[in-house]
Amino acid sequence: MEITLQVNGVRRPVDVDPRVSLLDLLRERLGLTGSKKGCDHGQCGACTVLIDGRRVLACLALAVAQEGAEITTVEGLASGERLHPLQAAFIEHDAFQCGYCTPGQLCSAVGMLAEGGPSAVTEELAGEPELTAEEIRERMSGNLCRCGAYPNIVTAIAEVGA
Amino acid sequence: MNRVEGHDKVTGRATYAAEYPVEGVAYCYPVQAEIARGRIAGVDASAALAMPGVLAVLSCEEPPELGADAEPELALFQRREVAYRGQIVAAVVADSYDDARAAARAVRVAYEPEAHDVMLRADHRGLYKPDKVNPDFPTDTEKGDVAAGLAGAQVTIDVTYTTPTMHNNPMEPHATLALWNGDGDLTLYDSSQGVSLGRDMIAQALGLPRERVRVVSRHVGGGFGSKGSPRPNSVLAALAARAAGRPVKVALTRQQMFDVTGYRTPTIQRIRVGADAAGRIAALEHEVAEQSSTLVEFAEQTATATRVMYAAPALRTAHRLVRLDTATPSIMRAPGGCPGMFALESAMDELAVAVGVDPVELRVRNDPDTEPDSGLPFSSRNLVACLREGAERFGWRDRDPAPGVRRRGRWLVGTGVASSTYPARRRPSQASAAVENGGFVVRIAAADIGTGSRTALTRIAADTLHVDPGLVRVELGDSDLPYAPVAGGSMGTASWGTAVTMACQDLLRDGKQGFADTTEAVNADAELARHAFGAQFAEVRVDADTGEVRVSRMLGVFAAGRIVDATLARSQFVGGMIMGIGMALMEQSVVDLEFGGFTNHDLAQYHLPVNADIEHVEAVWFDEADGELNPMGTKGIGEIGIVGTAAAVANAVYHATGRRVRDLPITPAKLL
Ligand code: FES
Ligand code: FES
Repeated sequence: MEITLQVNGVRRPVDVDPRVSLLDLLRERLGLTGSKKGCDHGQCGACTVLIDGRRVLACLALAVAQEGAEITTVEGLASGERLHPLQAAFIEHDAFQCGYCTPGQLCSAVGMLAEGGPSAVTEELAGEPELTAEEIRERMSGNLCRCGAYPNIVTAIAEVGA
Repeated sequence: MNRVEGHDKVTGRATYAAEYPVEGVAYCYPVQAEIARGRIAGVDASAALAMPGVLAVLSCEEPPELGADAEPELALFQRREVAYRGQIVAAVVADSYDDARAAARAVRVAYEPEAHDVMLRADHRGLYKPDKVNPDFPTDTEKGDVAAGLAGAQVTIDVTYTTPTMHNNPMEPHATLALWNGDGDLTLYDSSQGVSLGRDMIAQALGLPRERVRVVSRHVGGGFGSKGSPRPNSVLAALAARAAGRPVKVALTRQQMFDVTGYRTPTIQRIRVGADAAGRIAALEHEVAEQSSTLVEFAEQTATATRVMYAAPALRTAHRLVRLDTATPSIMRAPGGCPGMFALESAMDELAVAVGVDPVELRVRNDPDTEPDSGLPFSSRNLVACLREGAERFGWRDRDPAPGVRRRGRWLVGTGVASSTYPARRRPSQASAAVENGGFVVRIAAADIGTGSRTALTRIAADTLHVDPGLVRVELGDSDLPYAPVAGGSMGTASWGTAVTMACQDLLRDGKQGFADTTEAVNADAELARHAFGAQFAEVRVDADTGEVRVSRMLGVFAAGRIVDATLARSQFVGGMIMGIGMALMEQSVVDLEFGGFTNHDLAQYHLPVNADIEHVEAVWFDEADGELNPMGTKGIGEIGIVGTAAAVANAVYHATGRRVRDLPITPAKLL
């Protein structure tokens, strides 16, 4: 099927097999291998991208369903050579080791900071919750990191979100 | 220092094995055995071959040509016998991933099943004494009269601990991209912790001279041992590319990883301790039962840490192995020490309770002057300092030893301590160094699997050359570079760093280039007991109604030689402790007794710690000056963090609840 995607601000017309996930399309067809495949089943968060500003698991999204959507991957977070503040904070706080979960963590964090609203650990439901370490941990728990970089991930996000 | 490849990793530019752009790549998808033991009666590929995009089907119907002495797990499609459920028995090569996967389902494999045995039992009749345990430790050791020591002791502990099968589960699934050129040379982009060994084993499996094989692995998405030696995906990609006449990519799924990329053996460990009323150990015995496959003997060195920990006049350790209809177990972070120290350090806590001595004090009291088993002097041993420093920082002094008496709302609160240790060894390596374009380039076939070795070696080279690290570039992860051992056994930095230091010294003499081969230097190392040590403290809270355990605080204090880089070291220690929390509370692969293999084989059912599971985890260390190690004075730091964690958590759970859980993981059901 012929579709046109908007990826990192660029129009990408492609002919896709209707079975193909957005993740496989990005990685295998568009050369955007920044988004990672950790499980292909929506269980690890490594494939997290932003679709119209919201964090989405690209392994569970069908490519053909994305016509017209604005997709941002880790390759699109920086403005030219200037890193997104979260990217810079991840480097500064050593918020990764092997780096395989990192693109998903970054896209997830960008989406998370824009979300607002209460989470499962929010005690005061009225008003906007404060971005405590506990809130960050809860909201980032869909992104696994086997290297165990969690404490540094939380520090990096807290610094940017403050 | 920030990681030198940090910018590449946060922008998505770091390229992992499956990600190299290659023209005309085809995809290969494995077909796995549906029985745990038996024979393949026949493979019918006709339906699969008729499907769109399919290029080839590989199976034992037409065994591809391999080398005569391929490692049995890598000898694909050579035999009709099935050794375990999930073993790769066929594979489809197709134009696209989706075509390959769809056609793999259409391959019909007929089996002649036989009765299988996949369960480790302490009384299994197949248990035997292997010739050695991984990698080359004696299977058994015995010193003094253990029976007499136990019989004469005022207090004895006789307990059995069990640990389940665990899977490494690095975030990057194992993947290989294979390309043959017109001359029959093979290049593999492979997820590998050691490209030199990988190249040698793959060449051996394929029956090629190793000069014809190149393995490239510049970035690796974690391995924790599971990428230490090649897995079937490496050989499969090469065979599929040969069959298709095109480059081929094999990217294992998370589910397939549970079957074919190794795991930590389950263990059954009996510990007997005899002590006097003050807790001084008179006799200590550690007996282990564990498993391997019918294909390869892999005997985990589970009881080896017990040979170095405590002064026991009588000391016996023993390993027994049984060969089951399972996949071959392999290395998972801190093999041996990790499950072994769960048992020993839990037993030490039980002894502390039995004699009424504080668990920190008990360990101090039993600290040996020389290595208990061998009698060798230690190059350095600062366990007592770690225990004392940790106790001070953790607020241990006012601890009431009574179990099950501290309640905060619905939570029962407790604290626990455990020691940790891991050998500090090094292996021969080579490296080169050269002046190029106004800077320095260091070349070594090392691996950076997330440990930060690229950064650490940059610093080590810069220190030796007395230049700014910004002027040094380290090239690694390519088997065409000077030979280097794998990233494993906490030996990476020590082995590679020695070679890099010597190559840089050679460069300083020459002015243009330098080369080092450390074989002689390493072989000349004096016989000494070289180990890193640590003390780990945990505070847990246990929900009195549901049995949920939360680790509120964890502190590790380590004595691991000189620390090359504080940022990288902290990440390694903390990451190890977090994996240890997973081991303590949630990680377990459940053996499918009826069908073989595992009943849980994805990340929804095999639970890893997530961000919300980790509250405060802190690591500190002593900078040890130990001149008996290597030019940098380092001990390995990648594994020791996990070693004492599970016991510290289990001991804290006992302190919180009065329940001693001797069977990992400590799930809520075991506390209710
Ligand atoms: S790859 Fe999408 S959630 Fe794991
Ligand atoms: S950095 Fe390795 S999985 Fe997160």
